[in-house]
Amino acid sequence: MSEKLTYSQAYRAGLAEEMTANATIFVMGTDIFLRGGHFAQVLGLGEQFGVERIRDAPISEAAMVAAGVGAALQGMRPIVDLNFLDFSFGCMDELCNQAAKIHYMFGIPVPLVVRATNGVAYGGAQHNNVIDSWFAEMPGLNVAVPSTPRDVKGLIKSSLRLDDPVLFLMDKSLTGIRGEVDGPEDLIPLGRADVVRVGQDVTLISYAASVRVCHQAADMLHERGISAEVIDLRTLYPLDLETACASVRKTGRAVIVDKSAGYGGVSAELAASIQRSAFNYLDAPVGRIHAAHSPVPQSPPLIKAMMPAVQMVVDEVLLLTTSS
Amino acid sequence: MPEPDKSGEAGSSPSLPEGVTSEHLLEWLDGMLLIRYFESESVRLSLAGKIPGGIHSSEGQEAVAVGTMAALDGRDVVSGTHRSHHHALAKGLGPRPVMAELFGKATGVSGGRGGSMHLVDADRRFLGSNGIVGAGLGLAMGAALGMKLQSQSLVAVGFFGDGGANTGRVWESVNLAALWGLPLIVVCENNLYAVETHISASMAGTSIADRAAGFGLPAETVDGQDILTVYDTVRRARERAVAGCGPTFLEMRTYRYEGHNVGDVQNYRELAEVEDWRANRDPIGRLRQLLEGTGVLGPGGYAAAVGRAREAVDDAIAFAEASAWPDTADVMRSWPAVPVSAVSA
Repeated sequence: MSEKLTYSQAYRAGLAEEMTANATIFVMGTDIFLRGGHFAQVLGLGEQFGVERIRDAPISEAAMVAAGVGAALQGMRPIVDLNFLDFSFGCMDELCNQAAKIHYMFGIPVPLVVRATNGVAYGGAQHNNVIDSWFAEMPGLNVAVPSTPRDVKGLIKSSLRLDDPVLFLMDKSLTGIRGEVDGPEDLIPLGRADVVRVGQDVTLISYAASVRVCHQAADMLHERGISAEVIDLRTLYPLDLETACASVRKTGRAVIVDKSAGYGGVSAELAASIQRSAFNYLDAPVGRIHAAHSPVPQSPPLIKAMMPAVQMVVDEVLLLTTSS
Repeated sequence: MPEPDKSGEAGSSPSLPEGVTSEHLLEWLDGMLLIRYFESESVRLSLAGKIPGGIHSSEGQEAVAVGTMAALDGRDVVSGTHRSHHHALAKGLGPRPVMAELFGKATGVSGGRGGSMHLVDADRRFLGSNGIVGAGLGLAMGAALGMKLQSQSLVAVGFFGDGGANTGRVWESVNLAALWGLPLIVVCENNLYAVETHISASMAGTSIADRAAGFGLPAETVDGQDILTVYDTVRRARERAVAGCGPTFLEMRTYRYEGHNVGDVQNYRELAEVEDWRANRDPIGRLRQLLEGTGVLGPGGYAAAVGRAREAVDDAIAFAEASAWPDTADVMRSWPAVPVSAVSA
């Protein structure tokens, strides 16, 4: 039996199930008890679990994450909710120098989840940083980037059962989408990509909101007789290179699509891995579609002009299929 | 070991804080001397290249660590700083595995993954020295939150220094601890210098404790060179915390005899200043004076205590020297819980 929930509701549902089963889980964040967070991600959980476990905190990102790390070391399973990933700049040491390294250095696990909303929407440059890859590059951190309500629920449940820190990043442009979710024991493991559309001629690899861009591009390519396989990475670390490379060995072409500023990052990591492990199967260079290397503007036409669009993916695929 | 003179305790000695006996004082003397010789040997070994990289000597600050730990329950959590050998040793970490960690050996407390600034002992609830100024306090604050949520009658102690008192993260943590009434003891070891910068050149306002008072928690300035005062102040702070009355802020005035790091040229302070602290405010000298003045420590007693400290440190060095290097095949130390990225070539 499955029901349709929004992306935020799916998070809330997965969290509530885990909190009910495990009394050591609690949430810290700003404006979460009454407001339910900026994306309604914990709306109603305050009433259900009380002020101790849905714990309002001051706007002190460093102290919140430090509190999460310390409480985790004391046997709790905290979630620190940063609301926007952009606010992680205020707790970068706590995330990358403390949470990420303690298990390695000390042999003590740090079961900490830091939830934040990423992606690009309105609000200007300081609220739309695409820095998912930064955390994936940091040894000791796991990074989840779900694109559907089902994945949100399954991945948050897995994250809350993992003994190491997870950055749980929810795309702001997906907040209201609806979809089916699975039951209380249906977990989605970190590190397993999802082949969300099977195809033969090209592999489109993406995550979060860009998966929808790839679906639309695949529809348009289908009309032109090109069969595209679409892979949703679901987590950036661990990164399921095996699934991506296996697909490219089948299709012979790959285009990676994300909203990053296109310098380094997960798409470069994927491109390097594909050329290394699927070189003899490639019929064309690996394509990368990403945003302009620029801060994100506020004006709608400016955003549109600098973000990856469906037509850009289609054009890239056409270039790679006709030139080889 | 000389027999403690019980009569002296009741008669000529100054009154001891609640719960303190002359046996305790002798233990504290041993504890401080162990740190003193551990540190002087660490400096020597670092300069000799035996300890890779530098270390931050805590020589001069022994009373802060030994007096604080003496007032704690063994299950209380302590989180340290970049200058933390004294915290680790006073918390009960053995000189052998601590020295081995400084050497980078497999037998070190962190298996050679940590070093001087990442000493740890989960069982003794020492959650690390810390390489980032002010960061250890946050971890202790979080542990205190965990204790509160678990309704444990324990406390956490977070150390930082006068340098840390100018970081934002310290005050974020103090605010959160005060706001949430956490069982935290915040200990600022004010040794006057942040690397080479004297506090007068770095701090606006009257004192670090005065800053803390603004957060609405009890904030005291403590003579960190007097182990009896340190002990008694922390004991009272612990009682408050365990009684559910929340955190206490203690600014302990202390002094480091060595430079910030080993081998530093110290042209930022006068040698006379260092000599003055050594001669007139040395925490070990003060306790020795008390013990000898009251007859608790008889003739030859101090020399014997020094001998014990030297013996323990020499043994730790021999242990570290003889220990094996970590297995390089295990450098990634892939903990079972950490999923690894899979690529099939």
